[in-house]
Amino acid sequence: MERIPILKMGPFLLVTIQVDMHDQLALTLQDDLTAKISKERSRGVLIDISALDVVDSFIGRMIANISAMARVLDAQTVVVGMQPSVAITLVELGLPLEGVHTALNVEKGMALLNRRLEEVRA
Amino acid sequence: MIPRGATQRPAAGSVKLPVRTPEDIVRTRQFLREQAKAIGFSLVDQTKIVTAASELARNTMIYGGGGEVEIQTLAEGARRGLRLTFIDQGPGIADVELALKDGFTTGGGLGLGLGGAKRLCNEFSIDSRPGSGTRVTIARWK
Repeated sequence: MERIPILKMGPFLLVTIQVDMHDQLALTLQDDLTAKISKERSRGVLIDISALDVVDSFIGRMIANISAMARVLDAQTVVVGMQPSVAITLVELGLPLEGVHTALNVEKGMALLNRRLEEVRA
Repeated sequence: MIPRGATQRPAAGSVKLPVRTPEDIVRTRQFLREQAKAIGFSLVDQTKIVTAASELARNTMIYGGGGEVEIQTLAEGARRGLRLTFIDQGPGIADVELALKDGFTTGGGLGLGLGGAKRLCNEFSIDSRPGSGTRVTIARWK
């Protein structure tokens, strides 16, 4: 079955979505990520959506779900690389992704996750 | 490029695509993106119409039990646009006004599809009655 790879990097998980996802693929990613957070005891998830030129309400909901599920599992989620045209469209669609952390790129997203982890440990 | 399962109609600039599976929704998005690019839509306009189409295609698949979308290229003087008509023979919508409200859903979704698609387009109309299917038409001009 088609799957989006999840990479483990220390206490974090990294996902780069490179394909135009159909709905089942989005649901599989949601399941795989929550299972992996639990298995690896991950403290953060970084989702790179810079290659996505469309985020509709289904994919938007998947992103919000992942973020909420990760939080319940004691992990932070940050979504990075959203294209400006996607951001404009999402807000107009009525899905501003409140409660989901975002960063401009992977580097800033990793910095955010590291900062959060240090705060918790301090 | 015309995707698999499409039927070319005699009228120039009009194509019908099936909307029955999640893969059909992806194909509709990709075909529409090419069309919008080809007639010179800005990146934001491309994204808006493709996103609206994705919402409506999912409605056709889930609530309409599958159907098809007709994609037309519009020309009015120097203006260019795209018109999409989603057609299904499903159970229809009992209360269209209620269905357009954000947050209303009879499925498991967010209830943003119809209202969201309407906000992303310049023209929007629904023709639906219980038992006689649904036809949703949207258009966006550049």
